[in-house]
Amino acid sequence: MTKQHQNWSPYDNNGGTCVAIAGADYCVVAADTRAVGCISPFTGAVRQKLGMLRVISHLGMFGGELSRADKSLMASSGFQADVRALQKVLAARHLIYQHQHNKQMSCPAMAQLLSNTLYYKRFFPYYAFNVLGGLDTEGKGCVFTYDAVGSYERVGYSSQGSGATLITPFLDNQLKSPSPLLLPAKDAVTPLSESEAIDLVKTCFASATERDIYTGDKLEIVVINADGIRREYMELRKD
Amino acid sequence: MKLLDSTDSGNSSSIERTQYPYVTGTSVIGIKYKDGILMAADMGASYGSTLRYKSVERVKPVGKHSLIGASGEISDFQEILRSLDELILYDNMWDDGNSLGPKEVHNYLTRMMYNRRNKFDPLWNSLVLGGVKNGQKYLGMVSMIGVHFEDNHVATGFGNHLARPILRDEWHENLTFEDGVKLLEKCMRVLLYRDRSAVNKLQIAKITEEGVTVSQPYALKTFWNFNAFQNPTAGAEGSW
Repeated sequence: MTKQHQNWSPYDNNGGTCVAIAGADYCVVAADTRAVGCISPFTGAVRQKLGMLRVISHLGMFGGELSRADKSLMASSGFQADVRALQKVLAARHLIYQHQHNKQMSCPAMAQLLSNTLYYKRFFPYYAFNVLGGLDTEGKGCVFTYDAVGSYERVGYSSQGSGATLITPFLDNQLKSPSPLLLPAKDAVTPLSESEAIDLVKTCFASATERDIYTGDKLEIVVINADGIRREYMELRKD
Repeated sequence: MKLLDSTDSGNSSSIERTQYPYVTGTSVIGIKYKDGILMAADMGASYGSTLRYKSVERVKPVGKHSLIGASGEISDFQEILRSLDELILYDNMWDDGNSLGPKEVHNYLTRMMYNRRNKFDPLWNSLVLGGVKNGQKYLGMVSMIGVHFEDNHVATGFGNHLARPILRDEWHENLTFEDGVKLLEKCMRVLLYRDRSAVNKLQIAKITEEGVTVSQPYALKTFWNFNAFQNPTAGAEGSW
């Protein structure tokens, strides 16, 4: 007799795409708001648009309050339940940091914390693919890009998630960032102005949405610069 | 269903966990309507593909402001109800006039489901949680591995395939109670025709600011005399 019952997996891929671009004095972080789910335990693959919202601020859920004091932004894709757990851990650790040091954590420090948090679960990983963006201690734009187990790197721009394969080569072509092998090291920040970077992000998502079924519905863009932090939205294809 | 004890020392290879469900309930549907939340589920529970139980209540009130509906393993659902009862009781014992709303209960369930999947010992359910508190309507879902979200209308299992498309077409914010019930019955009828583990005995539950009412079990009118029902192999005849 062959097996009659269903098996289960502790993971699911809810899709989603994130992009971050660092400029000389700004950083743009964006993610789409779609999440696709296999949300049922008894029917195999239910592909469903949940109209669920992806997260950007490391402290809040999608659309959550932005604070002028916020220094880093995280956009994630992958398994929704793990993403939420990860955000919760980071928010708690950040709260402790604030109580202990009476200041917000800098973006590079948050980047290291995120790496450690991911590696802590090296043998039962968070299935989460993140980009972290913000301003570094000198006020320069910075982007950190990760894999699921915590390897990370500071870059000038990055894309993660289901649409990354479509967006990354386009960004490479448009932004032509200097090779990280060059000596002396060249700055990786992009030469674009803030509004050009936002337009580029919009184009990236509009294109990715055409081909990637896991990307769409709505785009959330958060921009951080010396003046503070702001958010805007753009509608994407809903099919 | 729960054979794992975390205090069970050593010998972890002998620990058994539920790797598949035994007695399962099928779809639950929940919608927001003008005054609150409506939820519908049939009363069948299957042992594999045998319709073993036919009077199982799968929609239950939780505290004063919430309603929970479950599909999946019935015993796990009963365990969940037990722990929710405990949660509500302990919260009540503070006697501070505060009570847990649907949002809090949904969050609690989410953590419980995710925590159990982390132990590789999942609660084999998809849960729907709805409620009203302080004039705020709330409707959400949790899956067995902790994926969760809120929406204006939700469905589990087969309902995702068969009921959600109907709800996307016909749901609107100002549904009256009567229209809401009609919409749910339309969905339940489609499920009854197409989902083999659905039975024609269902309950509809309502929650508003005034409180919870779960209807008596009743049956839907059906019509099985369509040609395609009576002679299903017409047009697809085999060689034998």
